[in-house]
Amino acid sequence: MKHKNNQNNETTQNIVKNSTNNLLQQNALYTIIAIFFGFVVGGIFLWSAGFSPFEAYMKLFSSVFSRPKYLIWSVIYATPLIFTGLSVAFSYKMGVFNIGAEGQFVVGSLAALCVGILVDLPPLLHVTLCILAAFAAGMIWSFLVAVLRVRFGINEVLSFIMFNWIAFYLSNYIVNTESIHKAGGGEASKDIRESARILLPQSVQNILKNDKANYGIFLAIIAAVAIWFILTKTTLGYRVLAVGLNPHAARYGGINSNRTMYIAMSLSGALAALGGAVQLMGNSMRISQFAGQEGYGFQGITVALIASSHPIGCIFAGLFYGAMKYGGSKLNLIDAPTEVIDIIMGTIVLFIAISHVFRYLITKRLQKKEGK
Amino acid sequence: MEKTSHIDPNVVAVQMTDIVKKFGNFVANDHISLTVHKGEVHAILGENGAGKSTLMNILYGLYKPTSGSISIFGSPVHIESPRQAIELGIGMVHQHFMLVEPFTVTENIILGMEPTNGITVDIKKARRQVLELSERYGMHVDPDAKIEDISVGMQQRVEILKVLYRGANILILDEPTSSLTPQEIEELIDIIHNLTADGKTVLLITHKLKEIKAAADKCTIIRQGKYIDTVDVQAVSEHELASMMVGRDVQFKVDKKPIEPGEVIIDVQDLHARDYRGVEVLKGLNLKVRRGEIVGLAGVDGNGQTELVEILTGLRKGESGKVIIEGKDLLNADAHKLFDNGVSSIPADRQKHGLVLDYSVAYNLVLQNYERPPFSKHGILKKDAIFQHAAELVDKFDIRGADGGIKEAGKLSGGNQQKIIIAREVTNDKDLLIAVNPTRGLDVGAIEFVHRYIVEQRNKNKAVLLVSFELDEIMSLSDRIEVIHNGRIVGSVTGEQADEKVLGLMMAGGGNHETQE
Amino acid sequence: MQELIKNLGLIINATLIATPPLLYAALGSTFSERSGVVNIGIEGMMTIGAFVGAAVAHFTSNAWLAFLCGGLVGALFGLIHAIACVSFGADQTISGTAINFLAPGVAIFVCKALFDQSSDTPPLDTAQKLPKLFNGVFKVGSFGNNVFNTYVATYLAFVAVAIVWFIIYRTRFGMHLRAVGEHPKACETQGINVIRTRYIAVIASGFLAGLGGAYVTLCTVSQFRPSVIVGQGFIAIAAVIFGKFTPQGAMRACLLFGLCNGLKVLLGSSNIISPNLISMIPYVVTIITLVLFVGKSRVPAASGKPYVKQK
Repeated sequence: MKHKNNQNNETTQNIVKNSTNNLLQQNALYTIIAIFFGFVVGGIFLWSAGFSPFEAYMKLFSSVFSRPKYLIWSVIYATPLIFTGLSVAFSYKMGVFNIGAEGQFVVGSLAALCVGILVDLPPLLHVTLCILAAFAAGMIWSFLVAVLRVRFGINEVLSFIMFNWIAFYLSNYIVNTESIHKAGGGEASKDIRESARILLPQSVQNILKNDKANYGIFLAIIAAVAIWFILTKTTLGYRVLAVGLNPHAARYGGINSNRTMYIAMSLSGALAALGGAVQLMGNSMRISQFAGQEGYGFQGITVALIASSHPIGCIFAGLFYGAMKYGGSKLNLIDAPTEVIDIIMGTIVLFIAISHVFRYLITKRLQKKEGK
Repeated sequence: MEKTSHIDPNVVAVQMTDIVKKFGNFVANDHISLTVHKGEVHAILGENGAGKSTLMNILYGLYKPTSGSISIFGSPVHIESPRQAIELGIGMVHQHFMLVEPFTVTENIILGMEPTNGITVDIKKARRQVLELSERYGMHVDPDAKIEDISVGMQQRVEILKVLYRGANILILDEPTSSLTPQEIEELIDIIHNLTADGKTVLLITHKLKEIKAAADKCTIIRQGKYIDTVDVQAVSEHELASMMVGRDVQFKVDKKPIEPGEVIIDVQDLHARDYRGVEVLKGLNLKVRRGEIVGLAGVDGNGQTELVEILTGLRKGESGKVIIEGKDLLNADAHKLFDNGVSSIPADRQKHGLVLDYSVAYNLVLQNYERPPFSKHGILKKDAIFQHAAELVDKFDIRGADGGIKEAGKLSGGNQQKIIIAREVTNDKDLLIAVNPTRGLDVGAIEFVHRYIVEQRNKNKAVLLVSFELDEIMSLSDRIEVIHNGRIVGSVTGEQADEKVLGLMMAGGGNHETQE
Repeated sequence: MQELIKNLGLIINATLIATPPLLYAALGSTFSERSGVVNIGIEGMMTIGAFVGAAVAHFTSNAWLAFLCGGLVGALFGLIHAIACVSFGADQTISGTAINFLAPGVAIFVCKALFDQSSDTPPLDTAQKLPKLFNGVFKVGSFGNNVFNTYVATYLAFVAVAIVWFIIYRTRFGMHLRAVGEHPKACETQGINVIRTRYIAVIASGFLAGLGGAYVTLCTVSQFRPSVIVGQGFIAIAAVIFGKFTPQGAMRACLLFGLCNGLKVLLGSSNIISPNLISMIPYVVTIITLVLFVGKSRVPAASGKPYVKQK
């Protein structure tokens, strides 16, 4: 039988024990362990291929941290990933695995591209319109899958995959249409107009020594905070989490889970699409014809996992992945394959996925010791 | 009921001596001993959580005893797994059936022990074997029927055949009658009889006193993990058994003050509904509940009461008919609208429908109301108000383990979880309260708590519809009892007139003037 | 008329080339799904199967050995997935996604290490590739040649459908497999080793996925490039769901997808419609078909849920 005033009766020992327990329960601890293991496995691969893991990791580290310009690059790389991470995380809270983030990202950047090229407006309006277009495109792309699931009972994993590939080919198709395609051959579209870009002003860029520095990161942070707010403080958040945790009870309690699903999935799609728009408007400025999917959506899954689906965590996880991507791209300077990054990330994801077992085992052992 | 005993006094089938089982520091079995002779029907009686299931799970190899010994037919054994138990001739029929729905009766029976013809499964041979067994013990099963298509009583026979197919000589039946009609229960007792006549030994885990009297030769009572006594069933009364089980004199009837029922709160007229396969499950159901009365809906699981409740709570659509609540026809209104119009319910499955286990107790307490003031404003949750509300209710309803409302609902015991739901629905104070199996899985103390509040709502002039598979509960609480069978109301009696045999007959579809389909 | 027959032959040829990788992978996925384990890591397993197939063929010139090795490496990743999901109860979709990072990553990493920093393997000549069945029997370019003179491994894929069907519906293991995917607890109480059954199913799915990948490099493309497996794994999963989790359903679905690919080859060369729009066809067709035929697949009841033993 618990007393109401537990705290007053605890000895220092108990307090320490409790905080250790709490620590061992935290996801963050296991995420860090997983990251550590990821680097270990990556190191093993490097070593067996004849590279010094130490050298490779030093190169990775210095590629990111040694100059401000590089740090900014990491942030630039991270920005779209924060968006796709948020998309997957938010969807996951509702119990839907948004494997369609890839396609939503693409339609988002497509929408922004079209508005960015075809429309001529003053900068603030232009940027806003591009973002709205992307938002709408992502919303629709995801909403359609929600309809297929709710109305027709079609498995959303299947639908998302189909839509990913439709988006992929749609992108290649549109890039090749006359009004979009860059004149004079090549595989890419025209660049979006200056007024549609979200680069930071020249003066700031000079300080940061990076001519692709853009304010996409601020948009990403705002989005993350907004999602966090929605989930923890609003009635919509209450609904979304309830449906994700127990759709039956949610229904019983009067929550319209179909409507919640439509809203949440649309929002989720919009987030991924924003990632695509921001990537376009801040970094790439054009879309090329692709041979394979770029992977932002799947990388977003990794971000969401590392963040344990916490919106604010997505910012940090996104930054981590962005840094890894950028640093990893420099590895070929010492002839080490950039694929080691994929191996590291894959391992991290795997370890996070199985970490709950360790947490369960460890807390059980502790409970036994305490004689609970 | 006079029955011949088939006990062989010279052969001890099962001997469990001094069994102790600890889970951490919790002692589930505290030095329990059990002696069962061949051909005996031996009941293990105890409340929920008393330790009877644990004891039998040890016998079946699902748990290992912390200490103690077991002998089967005189040979000491260490039963490490169900596989081993099966080899020793022990078979267990679980309370919650373990059947693969899309498979046939035969496939379920042979699963894990399939006869083969080369590398293929010899279904023909299996069929033959199943039919033989079925006929031998009078079970009449259809070997080719799919599990998802057959009745609960039939499914139970499949479970029994499963253990017989594996050569069980000692059968453990875990709460076998929880989902059966009185007729099916009688048929089961006959089957048990046939089994013992054939030399099988049967152990019954149960808390149903009537069935013990009807079927068992001996009964061992366990209370709070401790062995109390083993009695000759003929020689004791139900009341004595109950007292030994609970440890005090048991109240069987709840005190209700006499009330004249008021206006009709809910009027269900000619309600028709189909299940997901298009089969009609409600065939023109009529039901009225008034203010100040508890209407008990008696019936065996599967006769439409689940679907009726789902329609009344907005979780299912009816095909035709009317559901008039305080003057408004609300057939097919959604859960939200029904709640707004005065319908609240205590759902049958508290963990599935009643609570979001990962949410705090506080959040659960506002499940239907989070969008209303004072709990939110303009879409933003007001957490102070929510937790304040929770603190009040936790105190008033003595919800234990809730830590003021912060704790996750999933961390509370079953009884306390039900208290959350009771607290919530009583506070919602709607004109109609639908309580479905409200005391399932609860111990006697929790049962008293739930009954008290149900009666209190009635005393406050609310209408209560009580749907329960426990006839005792219906009979002790209801002012009026309606019996549902095959999608219709087939009989109606007042609380005082209620007679279990008559009710049982009605529940099974007999003894009335309505034509059957 | 001649033209029509010739085109028909070309379509069938293209279909028969595109279908087997999907089919092998889909058959594997069927095993896994039926046992209750979702395996979306098939894409990754195909990729590394493709690489290992090409690499082994390059070094040993033994195409069948290479084919087998492709399967084995797929099985290895299947084992990893099984350990994560079945033994450790990891979320199956997450584990599958991790493999989709790991497997291609390892493949390209090793490729670069073995082949001088190139992410492509050297092209294989005909002798190193898998053999065709009726080589030299028909005239080149004829209908007969286009339709029948296809790879042995193609015929093998269809034979595999029959074998898988037989295993699932006629053998003891198959019965256990299906039961485990529906009600693992019931199986456990009847003495069936749920863990072992799922391990076998998942490893088998990896093996078949690896074979599917190896088919691509050993028959169609003749070398490994990072873009050689581009979505086939996911299409195979779609095919399984579309085919309602049966081997014969998967076969029909894979043929449909393969046919679309065949159409793409035919129409693509004539430049009437953009090849990109044609490439969209299989995906759009799938959705439309599902909507029209209200495809509520009966998913195995225990699919996606880790099974936790109680003691």
